[in-house]
Amino acid sequence: MNSTLTQERIIALRKKRSAQDLRFKYYGFIAMCLALAVLVFLLYSIFSRGFSAFQKTTILLEINYDQEVLKLTPNSTDQEIEKGKFFKVKKNALNNVFENLSKSDAKLIKKLFSTNIDKEIKNYYIDNPSVLNTTQKLWVTAHSNVDQMLKGNSRRDVPEDRRKLNDIQLSFIDQLVEEDRIQKEFNNFFFTRADSRHPEIAGIAGSFMGSLLTLFVVFILSFPIAIGASVYLEEFAPKNKLTELIEVNISNLAAVPSIVFGLLGLGVLLNVFGFPRSTPLVGGTVLALMTLPTIIIACRASLKAVPPSIKEGALAIGATKSQAVFHHVVPLALPGTLTGTIIGLAQALGETAPLIMIGMVAFIPNIPTGITEPSASLPVQIFLWVESAERGFQEKSAAAIMIILLFLFMMNALAVYLRNRFEKKW
Amino acid sequence: MFFWSIVLILIGIYSSYIFGKSRIKKLVYSTNLKPKSQYNYHAQYVLSWCLLPALIVYFSWAVFEEQIIQNLILDSFEYVEGAAYNDGLLLAEIRNVANNTDFSEGKSQEIINAASQYKSLKLTSEISFYISIIIIMILGSLYAVRKINIQFNAQDTIEKYIKYILIFCSSIAVLTTIGIIFSLIFESFRFFSQVSIFEFLFSTEWYPFIPIREGQAAAEGSFGAVPIFAGTFLIMIVAMCVAAPIGLLTAIYLSEYASQKVRKTVKPLLEILAGIPTIVYGFFAFVTVAPFVKSFGQSIGIDASPTSALAAGLVMGVMIIPFISSLSDDVINSVPQSLREGSLGIGANKAETIKKVILPAALPGIVGAFLLAISRAIGETMIVVVAAGTAANLTANPFENVTTVTVQIVVALIGDQEFDNPRTLSAFALGLVLFVITLSLNVLALRIVKKYRERYE
Repeated sequence: MNSTLTQERIIALRKKRSAQDLRFKYYGFIAMCLALAVLVFLLYSIFSRGFSAFQKTTILLEINYDQEVLKLTPNSTDQEIEKGKFFKVKKNALNNVFENLSKSDAKLIKKLFSTNIDKEIKNYYIDNPSVLNTTQKLWVTAHSNVDQMLKGNSRRDVPEDRRKLNDIQLSFIDQLVEEDRIQKEFNNFFFTRADSRHPEIAGIAGSFMGSLLTLFVVFILSFPIAIGASVYLEEFAPKNKLTELIEVNISNLAAVPSIVFGLLGLGVLLNVFGFPRSTPLVGGTVLALMTLPTIIIACRASLKAVPPSIKEGALAIGATKSQAVFHHVVPLALPGTLTGTIIGLAQALGETAPLIMIGMVAFIPNIPTGITEPSASLPVQIFLWVESAERGFQEKSAAAIMIILLFLFMMNALAVYLRNRFEKKW
Repeated sequence: MFFWSIVLILIGIYSSYIFGKSRIKKLVYSTNLKPKSQYNYHAQYVLSWCLLPALIVYFSWAVFEEQIIQNLILDSFEYVEGAAYNDGLLLAEIRNVANNTDFSEGKSQEIINAASQYKSLKLTSEISFYISIIIIMILGSLYAVRKINIQFNAQDTIEKYIKYILIFCSSIAVLTTIGIIFSLIFESFRFFSQVSIFEFLFSTEWYPFIPIREGQAAAEGSFGAVPIFAGTFLIMIVAMCVAAPIGLLTAIYLSEYASQKVRKTVKPLLEILAGIPTIVYGFFAFVTVAPFVKSFGQSIGIDASPTSALAAGLVMGVMIIPFISSLSDDVINSVPQSLREGSLGIGANKAETIKKVILPAALPGIVGAFLLAISRAIGETMIVVVAAGTAANLTANPFENVTTVTVQIVVALIGDQEFDNPRTLSAFALGLVLFVITLSLNVLALRIVKKYRERYE
């Protein structure tokens, strides 16, 4: 041996090696912490932006429901009320927000309010017809610019020409705040309205409904087909080239980018079969085809987990093969297949790209009621809001992301619960 | 029509089931013989002969009704001279007028006539649909009932039918693949009949703007996809630079160092990262990371674009971390324990064992995992649509604005789609390229992983 390999050198070498060992361990630890830190940071950056969307700003407005101005009488019919001159009432109210307003100031004041306040004034009257000829104090929705300014999402210390609100408007807002005529309340519009061009009255109800309908179609299509396919491949299929082809096909289909399924939907479902555009029907069909491989793979795993002795027991007492499979194996595998389906549905809920291809990206201002009506879906709504230039939509998209994450979390929790509750150890 | 036809079909199959059951019961009663199959199977036999033809009628109506009506309308419609109509717009207008009389104001007489014709055709079609579905259900049941007798083995037949249904279910995946290939190739073929395939694959100019009017001064569009491929590649490289080290080191730490408790908490957390929808990552990239990259670029003296390749790539890297870490984790875990113990036994410490024994042994599997991750990064859409640019730059600078295949597909299809315009069709050609690349990466990766598994089994 080399004589220079003295005791000290050996100790030094060992120290170096164990230091290396430790370093390597810390590299791994740091990498793991980094991944988790990014997760935390991502969730934080979404939640900190989204929370403010659950509140809206309202301004107190004194409205004089004058019979003469409205051209209504206490016994007007609904149709007459519908045609009442509520915009004039609104105009009077806006002109009297502050005393002695000049014409140009009144115009600026008008821009502090949402375009929706006509409807709010009218609905208040429809709900309380007795207010005719009285003056009512009503909290009405503020414009998104005011809302964002008060929430601190847009800054007021930038030069005037780069702000949505000019100095006079800011002074009006300050005055309103001072007189306690401006407040924040729960944003019911966010949960009850569909998309809108105006951020302050845009909501997720329409896109949420669209997502639900789409998921319904996905479930109806993919669950039976996936069970059928996995039962066939697991229990009936002969071992031949065709079966092998199907199996290879399914595993490769699982890795095809989702956008290609969108092209399939556009090229085949819309252009050849003439499905109605932008509807949950075609969206759900595309997503069902996309999630089918995932669900089939999960279903096959759960069918495989059922011990063969059960099937053999059934066969031994004279059941035919399909009786053994459908009366004994499939019911036992059902919780596992359901878990797989829920995970597939969660995947479908978050998918955006294929829906854009088949036109679910259109602006839909009303809430869909059927699977053949044009509708949006939650992730596409988020996409539209992220792309939008209006600042007010940014918090809306973060809030919509919070909702979608909540639903994904619940679906996965349900899947885990089902698995733990019904999983049998044989 | 949807709702009522479902009700009709449900009533039909219920009554056919009852009908079949009572029939076989009567036969048994009158002959006093034991039937070959149970009553239920006979009833199911009748039911399936009622249901199947009804479904065929239903779906053929659903597919063909609208098109036949449209063709009839268009045949009898005489174009107003000089009007800039195309068939689709015209039909949409006619349908609007037919569905809602409010729209008829100010429309020409021809359209109103066509709308009333459309309405009457629709009514005729609906009535004949209901009549034919009822007739076909009755005929089907009658045919099936005639075949029922004591000797008839209904159970066998039913099981055969079930098997056919199962085969159909499993062939859906194959049909999907055929549909994808068919639609991509067909539309790409139309694209390449207008744009040369060499221009598409090798030219470096991507200006997909077709002059709208004939003789417009604007330049002819050009479809050289090289900058798009380069942009996709650049973003993929950035993403892999983030995901490969972090993912692999995380996998090593989790499988070799971490305690059971840490594994049990960290793995689900990483799964959360994998389950987050990609549009959420897009939002994160656009709102948080891109401004950060821009200010970082400014601080080191580089003028970063607000939609830089770096921001999109970084976030995409985060997205594929869990993908790489879980696949590599599996691979490392399947390295036989004996290799580990042998190495530790001759005095190597843990880090040396991992670096010199386990990683080389697991290398093919890890390469497979990386290939799968690359294929996923290439096919990823929403992050780049939101956070990367749309202008096709040929550059290797990650602070600049680049575009990807998926972005161009979305951009080409998000507005008006005209299937005789190379701009719309280019989406399908790009989709074909994407499909071929991801598929071959995937096949390659699966083959490598499979070979690797076989080695240690």
